[in-house]
Amino acid sequence: MSSDAMAIRTAEAAGHSWLEVLHGWVTTVDHKRLGIMYIGYALIFLIVAGFEAIIIRIQLVRPHYDFISPQVFNRMFTMHGTTMIFFVAMPILFGFANYLVPLMVGARDMAFPRLNAFSFWLSAFGGLLLYFSFLGGSGLYGAGNAPDVGWWAYAPLTAPAFSPGHSSDYWTIAVMVSGFGSIGTCINIIATILCMRCPGMTLNRMPLLVWLNLVMGGMVLITISPLTAAQVMLLVDRFLGGHFFDTQAGGSAAIWMHFFWIFGHPEVYVLIIPCFAFMSEIVPVFSRKPIFGYPVMVGATVCIGFVSMSVWAHHMFTIGMSSYSNAFFTITSMIVGVPTGIKIFNWLGTMWGGKLILKTPMLYCIGFLFQFLIAGLTGIMLATAPFDWQLGNSYFVVAHFHYVIVGGILFALFAAFYYWYPKITGRMLSETLGKWHFWLFVIGFHLTFDGMHIPGLLGMPRRIYTYEAGRGWEIWNLLSTIGAFIQGIATVIFVWNLIISYFKGAKAGNDPWDAWTLEWSTSSPPPAYNFATIPVVASRRPLWDLKHPEDPDSQYE
Amino acid sequence: MSAITTPLASTPGTWTLPYRGKVAMACLIIAESAIFTIFVVAYIFYTGKSLSGPMPRDVLEVPIFYTICLLSSSITVHFASRFLEHGKRGGFLALWFLTIMLGGLFLFGTGQEWHRLIYEHGLTISTNLFGTTYYSLVGLHAFHVTVGLIMLLIVLLFGLAGRLGREHTARVEVLSLYWHFVDAVWVVVFTVVYILGR
Repeated sequence: MSSDAMAIRTAEAAGHSWLEVLHGWVTTVDHKRLGIMYIGYALIFLIVAGFEAIIIRIQLVRPHYDFISPQVFNRMFTMHGTTMIFFVAMPILFGFANYLVPLMVGARDMAFPRLNAFSFWLSAFGGLLLYFSFLGGSGLYGAGNAPDVGWWAYAPLTAPAFSPGHSSDYWTIAVMVSGFGSIGTCINIIATILCMRCPGMTLNRMPLLVWLNLVMGGMVLITISPLTAAQVMLLVDRFLGGHFFDTQAGGSAAIWMHFFWIFGHPEVYVLIIPCFAFMSEIVPVFSRKPIFGYPVMVGATVCIGFVSMSVWAHHMFTIGMSSYSNAFFTITSMIVGVPTGIKIFNWLGTMWGGKLILKTPMLYCIGFLFQFLIAGLTGIMLATAPFDWQLGNSYFVVAHFHYVIVGGILFALFAAFYYWYPKITGRMLSETLGKWHFWLFVIGFHLTFDGMHIPGLLGMPRRIYTYEAGRGWEIWNLLSTIGAFIQGIATVIFVWNLIISYFKGAKAGNDPWDAWTLEWSTSSPPPAYNFATIPVVASRRPLWDLKHPEDPDSQYE
Repeated sequence: MSAITTPLASTPGTWTLPYRGKVAMACLIIAESAIFTIFVVAYIFYTGKSLSGPMPRDVLEVPIFYTICLLSSSITVHFASRFLEHGKRGGFLALWFLTIMLGGLFLFGTGQEWHRLIYEHGLTISTNLFGTTYYSLVGLHAFHVTVGLIMLLIVLLFGLAGRLGREHTARVEVLSLYWHFVDAVWVVVFTVVYILGR
């Protein structure tokens, strides 16, 4: 680093009051700081929504328990779902994309730094708005509280007659505002990737993380917008007396379902594709091999991007669609499993014959592989319309999608935390605490969600407040609750690890994992300008080329 | 502390990437198209499903004049940015002003139509499904026209203040891309509401 930069750094470090520090963070347009703020904000909501999950699990621990009232139970599962999807999963993934994409393409910032800050604050205020409903939901009518209509808010539950007060309005506006933030961020991500790459980084040489975030960004543009449109219609219905979803005036409740799931199912892929991106960066480094089948990986991702747009109604088999619709959505849902399977084989192919290093990030990646596979298999079961008629809206579905979101998305996210924390903070996360976190989380996860399939098969519907004894559901619910607590303890260890390692962790250096992408070529944490001179690349693994000038990748690509 | 910043290969001779403004506007247009698609689908799905009148064929008149206004503003905005590219300030300002007038005329037409529907036919957004879908779709488009007009006006003010030069052509073209999109959406809305929907 040049002496100028050193001077700037010391000036930054030299005693600034907390007010100046706070002002610096609030007004920042730096992609790294915004990325950290996205991640920190999502972690806070992760803890809040995790508590809601624990409350739900305590209520269900035994039959006829009355830990909370049915009304509160409805609010808990609504807030848990809405928070986890819109204010945990999306911002945390945007945070990583924000932090990593410019570094990986060798740029100094995103294409539109101010739009980036604006999008972050939109999302942040969306989350605050949602939680303000606990206080302000009763509004002028003196009725209502936090939203209680489920995270998909089916009509006519949201009609003014059934949802008095402002609870549903808070839900609608919070989700819509954060949606605007998501669209802004994704416009930024796409523009950064297409317009800010360093010299030599052709599309063919972009790291897979960048490629996959490009596809994710494109999907967000097409999937979040229908949700925004549907929310506008809902607001027209609720505030202006419109009839979009008003069956009394000829409107249709089913069309809300369509509009919601046109967003809702691709959303799953919006969340999982960045996780595939983490896998595609971490697995090669810890297998000491380049990724297996780079072009196929890109092709499969683009393919998922397209096919996943046409599978939404497999969430609606139970509402009675025509047999043609059922057949169509069954087939498309099964087709989308093919490119996903290709990816799993690619990661296995990368590990095959590699020199595996079983550090915590890799452990989470291996956990992801197994659990995501099982999640995919139950997904294929549910994609079959007749099977879904039996098990739609049962705990089997709950177990399935938690396998995707916790076993897949969250595990990949934990891998990403352990992998990139040294870059973000300059310190390594503790391996010992990491192993405790991993094993406790694996045990807790399987205890909660493996058993949860069975009450589903035995007919336990989702979203019920309590249940009768003697149906064979008790033991599985008890085990799920115990597992939820173990996951909670593991998460506490994780958060403790994040905090303690920031102060006491071993110094990371620029490149602790001996990795190959550009973010590891700069210091940890990177300076505000990322790169003193803009790098030039000649292959997919620029740092390999640098470390092995006698045998660079560029000869083979 | 020093970062590894050695150039890893010689700089390629030419390294050009697309202009970020155009890419971002293209992305915004994709997102907006998805929003409009949902409203258009709702309009088509609910065509003829209103339980009570007034019905579209009784009250809607085809706004041919205002449609011509809006569509021709796409042409004027295109040639305005050509003038700017060649540094002809007068021609740019004249055509830019004309674009704003044509857009404003269109908005006036929409307002007139709404006034007629509300006061003569008693059709509001809460009257029936037709009212709900019609005002939402046409209103969403009119909202986009309004936003476009505000942005066009800002550029006009900059132009009148003499702060606009050839170097701003790329940015002005990004805005005209948005304006073309608003016009293209009107073609769809026009077809669905005034031709198919009647």
